[in-house]
Amino acid sequence: MSSIKEHFEIPGRYKQWSFGLMGVGILSLIVGFILYGSADHGTRFWATMLQNSVYFLLIVNAAMFFFCATTLAWGGFQMTFRRVTEAISASVIPIGTITFIILMCIVFGGKDTIYEWLNKDKVAHDEILKGKSGFLSPTFFTVWSILTIGLWMALGIKMRSLSRSIDNHKLTVEEGKKYMFTNTIWAAIYIVWFALTVASVTPWLWLMSIDAHWFSTMYSWYTFASTFVAGMALISLFVIYLKNRGYLEYVNQEHLHDLGKFQFAFSIFWTYLWFAQFMLTWYANISEETIYFKPRFEGAYTGIFYLNLIINFLAPLLIFMSRNSKRNYATVTFMSILIIFGHWLDFYQMVFPHHYTDHVPMNLFDFGIALGFVGLIMWQTGTVLSKYPLLAKNHPFLKESIIHHT
Amino acid sequence: MAVKKFVVGYFEDEPELFDGVKKVRKAGYKIHDVYTPMPIHGLDKAMGLRDTSLHTAGFIYGITGTTTALSGIGWIFNADWPLNFGGKSHFSLPAWIPITFELTVLFSAVGMVLTFCWLCQLAPFVRKHHFNLRSTDDQFTMVIELTGKSSEADVQAFMSSIGAKGINVQNAETGWWLGRYDKDKGPYDKAEGIELA
Repeated sequence: MSSIKEHFEIPGRYKQWSFGLMGVGILSLIVGFILYGSADHGTRFWATMLQNSVYFLLIVNAAMFFFCATTLAWGGFQMTFRRVTEAISASVIPIGTITFIILMCIVFGGKDTIYEWLNKDKVAHDEILKGKSGFLSPTFFTVWSILTIGLWMALGIKMRSLSRSIDNHKLTVEEGKKYMFTNTIWAAIYIVWFALTVASVTPWLWLMSIDAHWFSTMYSWYTFASTFVAGMALISLFVIYLKNRGYLEYVNQEHLHDLGKFQFAFSIFWTYLWFAQFMLTWYANISEETIYFKPRFEGAYTGIFYLNLIINFLAPLLIFMSRNSKRNYATVTFMSILIIFGHWLDFYQMVFPHHYTDHVPMNLFDFGIALGFVGLIMWQTGTVLSKYPLLAKNHPFLKESIIHHT
Repeated sequence: MAVKKFVVGYFEDEPELFDGVKKVRKAGYKIHDVYTPMPIHGLDKAMGLRDTSLHTAGFIYGITGTTTALSGIGWIFNADWPLNFGGKSHFSLPAWIPITFELTVLFSAVGMVLTFCWLCQLAPFVRKHHFNLRSTDDQFTMVIELTGKSSEADVQAFMSSIGAKGINVQNAETGWWLGRYDKDKGPYDKAEGIELA
């Protein structure tokens, strides 16, 4: 165990790329604010910011969900690359802060920017919005957003410090049992909070309330599936990158195979939810419900709607089906990038059609902001990876992961 | 199928069997099969078996199911008996997806079960030769086929050198044949000279 490279040194190119991408992001932010910040209540600007910040926050948080869920289940296979998922989840702190600032700007900055339920005159004359006003109110929104992001950050810090606490200390069997118990408790608390946030209330508040009259009880699950697939893709990318640089000596094709399986399985799960939400609405054919799908299915967003289905369902289904493709580094890299882009597109069509029903306003600004977030994730993850050992070498389940075999 | 001659060795422990399998392959003898009481992780790799093609068969059955469902429903609702469901078009793909999905799963599941039975030569009213009944209980059995290149004495000597607890030679039919285990005379009725350690 002494021969392995324990510490990640950030290569110069990596640093340049992450700063370059963040620079692109900041440049896009400035140009976008000048171009779109004040015109038409600033909807164009804030919609892009909302889509990107929420999307990237949820995918780095999915890395957190991944290692908490595997901890709770006493899973062992992920131990060789667990530090990578931990490092990705550290990005919840900067991106969570940015997302919170953006949400607060939207809620307190102006009433007609994104959420129509902020407009009191409109709500007063609208029975449906009046009925929802307890839930869709600035107070509830703010409190819930603070709790959501704050607890993600706090529990993330706790989980990561628990993991690092045994780095210099070989555990006895008794200590190991106690350690697993503490880990399980904290992971369980996170999972419960995750269920109350990503898997139920938070996407309703942040995203679904853009179409305030329409609702779908599956919406949060669908969002969760979307971000979990993209999160697994992100983890795979970092694992493959580190493996390519000669780190993570104990990670091999068996682990890659499992990461591929996760992407494959949850792409199918995403499709199932996506289709269930669509098909029930389509079949019932009630105008209050179909209004959501009108611009998406047979309006300006038709292209994105089908592209979404091809990238996020057909491509993973056909490409990831065979065992060999899940064990091939090049295929997994390609699919991971494709899936992250595909689900970004999915979020795009969640946010934009309500305000831009008759045309798709996508341009370089959206991509610039997205690249900025990619740079931020690269920078933050790289920094955390370089600070702590890459292998949780005293974890009781490490051996299980080293000999993992499918 | 044909009747062939086999040297059968019995092992009591998994590690001995593993080593034995590796040594047999190194020595170049032809392993007919290895029978174990429970699945053993990694034995297929040690024996040099190729990956099964069962999943490819499953994929083919699956797309057959998809095609059957789509063309069946398509023909029924567009050509044979068009019905008006709430003014929806006759060609309404979203409504067909659940049934298409079900038929895909059904075809691939049933097809794969049958293919699996066929590959393992399992079916009602057919019989296969059992080399050692205790391989369903507590013994690990390795069967080496005698080819023109290997002599019976050599293989027997080799088998005992790798730690087989019991060795015998059997002439056996390799394929399956019609018959029943409870009616026919067979390994259940006679001991067939099994030497136990």
